[in-house]
Amino acid sequence: MLLYNRMVVHELTEDAVDGLFHALADATRRDILRRSARDELSVSRLADAYPMSFAAVQKHVAVLERAGLVTKQRRGREQLVRADPDAVERARQALDQLEAAWRGRVDRMSRLLAPVPDPRNDNPRGHGT
Amino acid sequence: MTVTSVDKDLDNLSLTLVADFDAPIERVWQLWADPRQLERWWGPPGYPATVQQHDLTAGGEVTYFMTGPEGDKHHGWWRVTSVNPPKSLDFVDGFAHQDGTPNADMPTTTTQLALAEHEGGTRMELRSVFDSREQMDRMLTMGMEEGIKLAVGQMDALLAA
Repeated sequence: MLLYNRMVVHELTEDAVDGLFHALADATRRDILRRSARDELSVSRLADAYPMSFAAVQKHVAVLERAGLVTKQRRGREQLVRADPDAVERARQALDQLEAAWRGRVDRMSRLLAPVPDPRNDNPRGHGT
Repeated sequence: MTVTSVDKDLDNLSLTLVADFDAPIERVWQLWADPRQLERWWGPPGYPATVQQHDLTAGGEVTYFMTGPEGDKHHGWWRVTSVNPPKSLDFVDGFAHQDGTPNADMPTTTTQLALAEHEGGTRMELRSVFDSREQMDRMLTMGMEEGIKLAVGQMDALLAA
């Protein structure tokens, strides 16, 4: 059932995993994630909810965004944060995962195709025609 | 680099990948046609595949399972729609339950493989399409929930230590 996810987890770079951990390791960011999963909220609405500056909230949102947990969309003068990505974003994510899986496979294919380097120069078969 | 180009079509949910190998076409074909070789590249690192059934004929099936680091087994299948050795292979692939029956909750993808001689080596062109947007969405939702659960679970473990 979780095969695909596991595959994807394994194709993820260490950086991406670090990003996910880092994003979830902060109570404010987890709270932003919860709120934006329920509702589409603007960054300024979110900023009102926390005793911190607009810039600080924006920074938290950027960390969540880099980890792929939320997306930001501009509507008029507002930036809307949502945890539930729209159809285009979902297609992009799914195709990114498919790409990572196939790139991994192509890498392994080329390793299999690479001529095996002769470990010993004195191997008689290594001197043949 | 082996991968020459990657194109993604967000409307059609398709991925087109071109890769060039420094090997003859017959050799590249064997990576697909020989189950023992297929096993060595299909699964991601740590999840080697064991191919059980391998019938590369139109209407034929490939069945396999991958074994994870904790001995966990993940089953999958291909249904071959057309084959023309050593040049092309079309198949649908998906995931299966533990008993090997196809899992309808997981996405299937249709893949078209084309091999051609190219500059003394072989060019491989792959086109892979998600067959259903609904299945694709479910996979993403599960992936996200699983990722969060995994991360939170590991944090809990760290805190408990």
